[in-house]
Amino acid sequence: MSVVDLQRTCKPADYKSAVKPIWCPGCGDYHVLMSFTRAFAQLGLPPEQIAVISGIGCSSRIPAYTNCYGFHGVHGRSLAVAAGLKVTRPDLTVVVASGDGDGYSIGGNHFLHACRRNIDMTYVVMDNRVYGMTKGQPSPTTEPDFDTALSPGGTGLSPFHPLVIALASGANFIARCFSGEPNETADILVEAIRHPGFSFVEILSPCVTFRPDEKEWKSLVHPAPVATTNDPARAARRIMTDDGFNIGILYRGERRPYGPEFGAQAADLAELECEFEQ
Amino acid sequence: MKKSDPRIDTLADLLAAAYRIEADAVARYEMLAEQMETHNNPELVKVFRNLARAEGLHAEEIRRQAGGIDVVAHAERIGGWRRGESPEEADLSAAHYMMTPWHALQMALAGEKRALAFFEEVVKTTKDNKIKTMAAEFVEEEAEHVNLVHRLLRNYPAPASSWARDNDPPASQ
Repeated sequence: MSVVDLQRTCKPADYKSAVKPIWCPGCGDYHVLMSFTRAFAQLGLPPEQIAVISGIGCSSRIPAYTNCYGFHGVHGRSLAVAAGLKVTRPDLTVVVASGDGDGYSIGGNHFLHACRRNIDMTYVVMDNRVYGMTKGQPSPTTEPDFDTALSPGGTGLSPFHPLVIALASGANFIARCFSGEPNETADILVEAIRHPGFSFVEILSPCVTFRPDEKEWKSLVHPAPVATTNDPARAARRIMTDDGFNIGILYRGERRPYGPEFGAQAADLAELECEFEQ
Repeated sequence: MKKSDPRIDTLADLLAAAYRIEADAVARYEMLAEQMETHNNPELVKVFRNLARAEGLHAEEIRRQAGGIDVVAHAERIGGWRRGESPEEADLSAAHYMMTPWHALQMALAGEKRALAFFEEVVKTTKDNKIKTMAAEFVEEEAEHVNLVHRLLRNYPAPASSWARDNDPPASQ
């Protein structure tokens, strides 16, 4: 079946599994799931050609809710699993789902090196600036004055800036989305998946249970006022000076993706097979 | 008409848009009913399932009205709405695990009003008399739905401001 045929036949519902999400009603992750399925349908990819990999946390439940191949891995290690999968099965479309705790704290080091390696996959981080699944502890992106029983008066720590770090570490595509705009998010995910190399998409996805204040994000987000750039210096300046609510593709690089050559190994395997036959 | 709402150039486009509005509403109310089932709010499960059933009846009525036009297939081909979702798709971000029927009906009311505004816009902007006449009929129907939700709301007054108070809250640590 050609891609054109698939685009005609694939509907977002074809990528949804029978497992019902258990996120809190009002959670932004419902919209993100919708954006995933819409993006996959737009791309016309058969579900068995997609692998959705995740770590631990509310956002990381997403592979179970899709009808694609999936792997719900160890906390913070989704990128390591995904990198291994992509280099051995480059034919698969690999999408990695994470949250701000899983991705930037426990998996922070993997994040840096995944950007640096620039393997052709898409990393989606649903950022709600809190550890939701474990009841509301501050995460690396939490504001310094966010007051909880665990962090009375706030942590006093400057939040991590994931987009700047991704850019400095070598990510080849950087975008920010808002979960409450599922169609726009789906369009950006399509671009991210199509773009060669490591694509990083941060989705602002409110946690209505532990961060009800994030309902305000709906009125704060706005489209990025300038066109996408391929100049890292310009992108860095823009990302570092924006208000954190600029939505759109903020950087589209031109680095060659990393991919080991498997030709030699395949030849070796063929030789080995011949030896067995002899 | 808003720039990215579906283009209504033919009666088939109009019927398909009307069908999709109702079909999308069914899917969204079913989704909300499932959320409420997961979070043990049986009263809301019933309300959302009833809303889904009502929208399903409307969709079926439009399908019958369309006669030989395959509105189900045509609805897949029409463009999206500027809002990002079709008019009667309830706002997912407005859901809460302790929400009451009043909240659900407010969601429904907002959806019916958006649908009403959409058809009014078609009436106002189309130059085709047949489309204008049929769109005016949809305006009447949506106005009836708005009135119906208002009537239902009489049975469910606004809850006290403490409606979201949970005696066993998901306490932040």
